[in-house]
Parts: sequence; structure tokens; C-alpha cells
Amino acid sequence: MGTHVLDDWGGLSLDELLRDCRDLVEDPDYPTVRRWREAGGKVVGHFEVYFPEEIVAAAGLLPVKIHGAPIEARQGDAHFGSNLCSIVKTSLELALSGRLELEMFVSHPICDTARNLAAVWGRNVPYPCEILYLPQNATSRHAATYLRGEYQRLQRGVEEIAGRTVNDDDLRRAIAVYNENRRLLRRLYEIKRETPWLLQVDEAYVLVALGGRIPREEHNLLLSAVIPMLEQRGTAPQDRMRIVFEGGFCEQPPLDLLTTIAQSSYVVDDDLLIGLRWLSEDVATDGDPLANLATAYLDHSSYSPVQHDDRKPKEEMLLRRIRESGAGAAIISAAKMCEPGLDEQVPYVRALEAEGIPYFVNEFEENMTSFDSLQIQLETFIENVLFAGAEV
Amino acid sequence: MDNDTSPKVAPQATLDSSELVGRGNREGNRLFKEWYGRVSSGPERGEKAAYVFVMGSAAELFESFGFNLVLPEINGLQTAVRHVAEDYIDQAEGYGFATDVCGYVKADVGMQLRGGDHPMGRIPPPDLALQTNVCNTYIKWGEIWERLYHVPVVTLDIPGSRAAGRLPGRGHVDYENDLAYVRGQVDELVEVCEQVSGRRFDQDRLVEAMSHANSMTRDWVRVLELNKSRPAVYNAVTDGTVYLGAVNALRGRVEGADYFRDVVEELEYKASHGLGTPFEERHRLAFVGVPCYPIYRKFSEMFTQHGGIFVGSSYTWFASGGWSTGYEYDLAHPLDSLAEGLLVTGRAAMDTMFHVDRVLAEMAEPYGIDGIVFHAIKSCRTVSSGLADSRRAVLEQADVNALLIDSDHMDPRVVAEAGMRNRVDAFFEGLETRRLLAGARS
Ligand code: SF4
Ligand code: SF4
Repeated sequence: MGTHVLDDWGGLSLDELLRDCRDLVEDPDYPTVRRWREAGGKVVGHFEVYFPEEIVAAAGLLPVKIHGAPIEARQGDAHFGSNLCSIVKTSLELALSGRLELEMFVSHPICDTARNLAAVWGRNVPYPCEILYLPQNATSRHAATYLRGEYQRLQRGVEEIAGRTVNDDDLRRAIAVYNENRRLLRRLYEIKRETPWLLQVDEAYVLVALGGRIPREEHNLLLSAVIPMLEQRGTAPQDRMRIVFEGGFCEQPPLDLLTTIAQSSYVVDDDLLIGLRWLSEDVATDGDPLANLATAYLDHSSYSPVQHDDRKPKEEMLLRRIRESGAGAAIISAAKMCEPGLDEQVPYVRALEAEGIPYFVNEFEENMTSFDSLQIQLETFIENVLFAGAEV
Repeated sequence: MDNDTSPKVAPQATLDSSELVGRGNREGNRLFKEWYGRVSSGPERGEKAAYVFVMGSAAELFESFGFNLVLPEINGLQTAVRHVAEDYIDQAEGYGFATDVCGYVKADVGMQLRGGDHPMGRIPPPDLALQTNVCNTYIKWGEIWERLYHVPVVTLDIPGSRAAGRLPGRGHVDYENDLAYVRGQVDELVEVCEQVSGRRFDQDRLVEAMSHANSMTRDWVRVLELNKSRPAVYNAVTDGTVYLGAVNALRGRVEGADYFRDVVEELEYKASHGLGTPFEERHRLAFVGVPCYPIYRKFSEMFTQHGGIFVGSSYTWFASGGWSTGYEYDLAHPLDSLAEGLLVTGRAAMDTMFHVDRVLAEMAEPYGIDGIVFHAIKSCRTVSSGLADSRRAVLEQADVNALLIDSDHMDPRVVAEAGMRNRVDAFFEGLETRRLLAGARS
């Protein structure tokens, strides 16, 4: 494999590794990306939610997932209105402040705000910025063919940046690396579901998020080492409520918020950084790789409030997530001023009520720093649920 | 050198001014009421209702199947101008919708929850709905109807420009890929229309509707162009909104084609006789965004009282569904052309929202624009999210004054009238200073 961007982590304990991962994920200066650039590498930044990183990786470029940052949007603020989610402002801030240098930026038509983000970004930086039009009519008979063509268009742009062409074998190799990554991430989530005392939600989060800022080969090596350590972790199970966290598909809650939740419950499944885990199965490595990626996006994938797919009514998908993870309650969250996230809370809540599943609704902002009241509310919620359960 | 960029019009000496001037508004309002009446009484005649949005409505196709078009955005704005929006919004918020959700959506939810009761009539529930991606909120909105009514809600996905100014045309591999996708979806939409209406697709009826739409498009482009006249022949925000109502509600109908023929006649008459709006024209303005409907009249007066006349409005571009492009259907290939029209106009509508700086910079000179008013509204992230940055970009490209104000197009609770008025007054002070300096220089 090519450039390594992590310091040598061989010999570190699990706790040390998790701590280092957390530091890297919380560092808005993207040290791993800097290291990649210092070695002469080029970088393509992509915004939430899903992006076919394989196409960029196949060209030898580093795809970097941009999902905001815990920073003040000093310059980013001035380019946007006040009634917007924080992630678009802090993401732009990363670029304008020079923390994250890119050769190309790609956004998606996930929501009205993000589509404006692409235009604003494009007006303020010298490198190419574009929208990858992932289909919003996922059940159309023509969506897969269209998406294959759209991926081909992206590939041409990526080739220009890379200064080389990408062939099917390059793509197949990249898909294989990502398949391995998908397998490891699935295992991570299995651990959360089956033995949640071995892996807290904030720990799983940093392990997943790191993948968005290092080459996936390196991420695979790391996860391959960490997963056995987790499996052998000596943490004892506690009598905690099993809970699903929903609402982290785009802007991310602060890590401290996740830590707060972890103190009182086991988060057995969630949609945090779902874009990095969007494809739910391996992508075929034979045949036409772009067509395989397109089909996987449409037919073997997760769900979110910003993808319309008649086959995946969101409230039914949430109920399935709750059932399959054996959760007894849900946190229905949304980023502040995230219209699609807030829209979705309405059917989520109605579905949960109809099913008699306890839920806790809240809003977050990536930059919030005080969690005391959340902690109290959450503890009260859990006590009430446990009390009601005991009464039955 | 001839600097007169006013559109050339032939004098029409035989027409009677009192009959002509103001006819567009009078007739527009009459036809609009008639349309609401038709929609409301549709179920009594066994007619079905298709819910569509103004950007990407595919009105001609629905017309050919005999559906009555329901335009929920227009229903929303009607509640706002009639000062009852808050009641509907409250009801939707009580149902669970957050304050940060678009006011149009909430007004519609409120209306659905009260059985279609609306100030303009009783709006029937959808038998079918079409949601495009031109605004993402459309899709979330359509999902609400899916849940409420379990009727077919068809998505029409129109890929937009991938980057500012990147507009591949016919023959380009990317254009053809987009077009094939839209074309395929049009076939799928036809199938659903057949199922819901119980009728077979009738190409002749579609061609007839398209032919009326072509006539409307030609006249709509002419209407926009005629406001290069000095004085401007209409106010692009107030009169423009009346015209927009007809563009959307009557698209593909003979009365729509007749109406716009008459509007052009009126405006050409005004242009050739040097007739402007009823207000003094001291400053020629462009408007960007969606009007402030909760205080519609007062909002307009904030500008006209200073002699500010809106000669252009981005609203007339995107809220006409991008028909300002002048795309005309090829009647020999109706479904192919319908698909291309949806792609071209949908893309244009998006561009006039996301890349509005480019259009403004281009129109500043031919329309003689002195100032631009950017009106960001809390409800609408589609139109408003990028306005601060667009304003900055326009100021770098064109010699104009620019004002950015914010309020809402639906919710009176977030309209701070006094503060907005102060800012508008200060904007005009700047324009007056500019005028003085220009006078001194010449
Ligand atoms: S947080 Fe919500 S509103 Fe903001 S960019 Fe993401 S999906 Fe759009
Ligand atoms: S978000 Fe804007 S464009 Fe979309 S429905 Fe609401 S007002 Fe219309």
C-alpha cells in the first residue's frame, strides 16, 4: 500500500488507541490529511451523506469526508444566513481557514442548504467544486443507469485531478479494499449490538470517523487490530437500557454528547456517519465496477431522511433498526435547524407511539458544550421507562 | 452609440388606454379565482386532483389527462396574503412540525388537517402527486401526503447544474445521461397517470396543451423583456406575482395562452406610450427571493414610496419553473420534448436560485438596475441560504447598491416590519447619494 498517515500504533493498548483516534477525529487541522499532502498526495473532499469514495481512491487520491468540525465559523458565518445548521458553516470554515486543503470538493443534493453550500464553496475557492447528483428517484427503472453515467462523469473529473486515467481493475481493487472496510465496520456494529458493554457509542464513533480521513487500507489494518482487542475487553455488562440513536446522518453531535449518552445507556445501533456505512453489503468485484457501485447505492443500502426511496419508509426502517438491535427505546434527535431531520421527527414519533416504544426527542448542535441538562433529562427518561417497565 | 436597451415595440394607436392598462391584473385575478373555483368543485364533477409544485409541474401532461392541478405553494401564499397563515401554521406545529420547517409545508399540513378548508375554496385531497427535486423540501412535503393519503406520489428527479455555468447541451454525454433519466421518469409518470385517471395517454391532448404552453412561454419571455423599458411597464414583484399565478395555474390551457397574449398587448402598449407603473420611478431595482406575503402591500410600499420600482425579480425566473429560459416544445416529439423541457427549465430554476449572482450581473446593465434587494426568508433555505454570499459576489461584478433583509414569506411572527423599514430607508439614502454623485459626474 501507499502512504501511511498514522503514527506507528503497534504496541499501544486498546485504551491508548481509542484515545489517539479520538484526538485525531477531534483535531480540526486534519493532521492525517496534512501528512498525506506532505507526501505529495492529492485530496478530494466530499460532504455528507454518501459518496462513492472508491472512485477517488482508485485514482490514487485521498477521499476525505467533510462533516463539519468543532470550530467557530469565523469566515464561514458571513457567507450564510443565520437560520441554517452549523455543519455547512464549519465545513466551509475548514476550507476558508486553510485547515483543510483540497484539490476538489464534491457535495450532494441532500437538502436545500447543502445545495447552496456547493454554490457558495465554488464562489470562494479556486479549485473545482461540484455536485454529484445522486438520484432522488431511487425506484425509477432508470436510476441505476443514470447513476452509472453520473459516476462516470465523476470519474472523469477525478482523473483530471489525478493526472491519470482509472481503469476497471483500479476500481475493482478499490472496491475490494472498501468491501473489507465494510466488513470490519459491520463487525464493529455487531459488537455494539450483541455486546454493547464492550464498545461505547463514542468509541465506535471515533473508530468509524477516522476512516473518513485516512486511506482505507490503513483503516482496515487498524480495525483488524482493534476488533480482537474489543472482543477480549474485560468490561462487565451492566444493567443499562439498550437504546437506538437516530438523527446523526449529517451534522454530527459533539463527541461529549455521545459520551454523556453512553454514561446512562447502551447505544446498540445508530445512524451516526451513516454515509460511511451506507452500502450494507459487499459490492461485486466482477463485471462493471461503476454499475456495481450504482446498484449497491440504490438496492443494498441504508436509509436517511435525505434519501427518498419508496421501498424504505423511514419510520419502518427505524422500527426495524430498533427491533434488530433489541433496543427498548430510541433517542430521536436532529441537528438544530436541519429541516429534513426535523421533518422526519414527526413520523418517527408517531410510529414509535403506535408501537408503544419509549422515545426521547432532542436537538443538538455540533458546537454545543453543555450537556448537564441533557444528562438529567436522559436519566429521568430512562428512570421513567424502567419504572413503567417494572410496573407492567 | 445607441444606449437605449428598451425593447422595440410598435405603437398601437387604435387601442383604448382605459381598457388596456391594468387589464393583466384584473383578468389575472379573475382567472385565478375561476381556477380555484374549478379546483374546489372538481370532486363534484368526478374530476381528480394532481398536486404539483411550481418548479417542474409537468402541467401539460396532467392537463392532457384531465386532472385539476393543485399548487400547494400557491395555497400557502394565499393564506399569508389573507392574513390567516398563522392559524394553519399553528395547527401543523401542534401536529409536531418544528418552527424551522418551511411555512408553505406547515400551511398545507394545517389545511389538510382541516379537510382542505382554505380561504379560496375547499381544496380536494390529492389523487396523485408529483414532487420534483428542484427544491428538496418538495420531496419531504410529498412524503407527508404519502403518509396522510396513501396515494401515488411520484418523484421526478431533475439533475441540476453540477457547478456554476457548467451547462452541457445536446449531444454532450452528461446532458444525454441526464435527459435519458428524465425521459424514463416521464414514461413512468405517464403510467401512473393512466392508472390513477383510468384513461389512456392521449398524445393529441398533450400536443394541444404543449402548444398553449409554447404560446405562454413566448409571451412570458416577452413580458420579462418588456421591463427593460423606461419607465418600467410593471412592478416585477407585485404585478409579477399576479402574472406568475397565471403562469403556473393556467399552464397548458387555452385561457392561459389568451391571457398572456393580452398581457403582452397591454405591456407593449404601455411601453410604446411611455406609461409606467402608478408610482414615480427614481430607482430601478432587482428583487431576489420570495416576497414578504404576510405584509405584502406594506412591503411593496416600503420601496415604491421612495421611487423604487422592481424591474426584475428572480422570483419570476424560478417560480415560473424556469420558463424564463424560453424553452419551447417540439410538438412533433411530445414526450421527448416534455422530458427535455423539464430538464432544461428545472435546471434553469435551480441555477436562478443557487447561482443567482451570475444572472444578476448579466441583467444589471440591460435593465438599467441601480440596486438589488435580497430578501432572505427564514422558511426557505433553497432560495435564501446563499443570498449573503451571492450579494457579495454580485457587488464584485456589477456597479449596483445591494440590500440584504430577512423575514419570512409565511409566518408573520418572524416579520420585523420596523427593523426592515429602517434598513430599506437607509438603502434608499445610499441610492440617492449614488444618484447625486452620478449627476455631479455627468
Ligand atoms: S444538517 Fe440537515 S440541513 Fe444541514 S446540511 Fe445536513 S441535512 Fe442539510
Ligand atoms: S423551501 Fe422554499 S422553494 Fe421549497 S417549498 Fe419552501 S418556500 Fe418553496
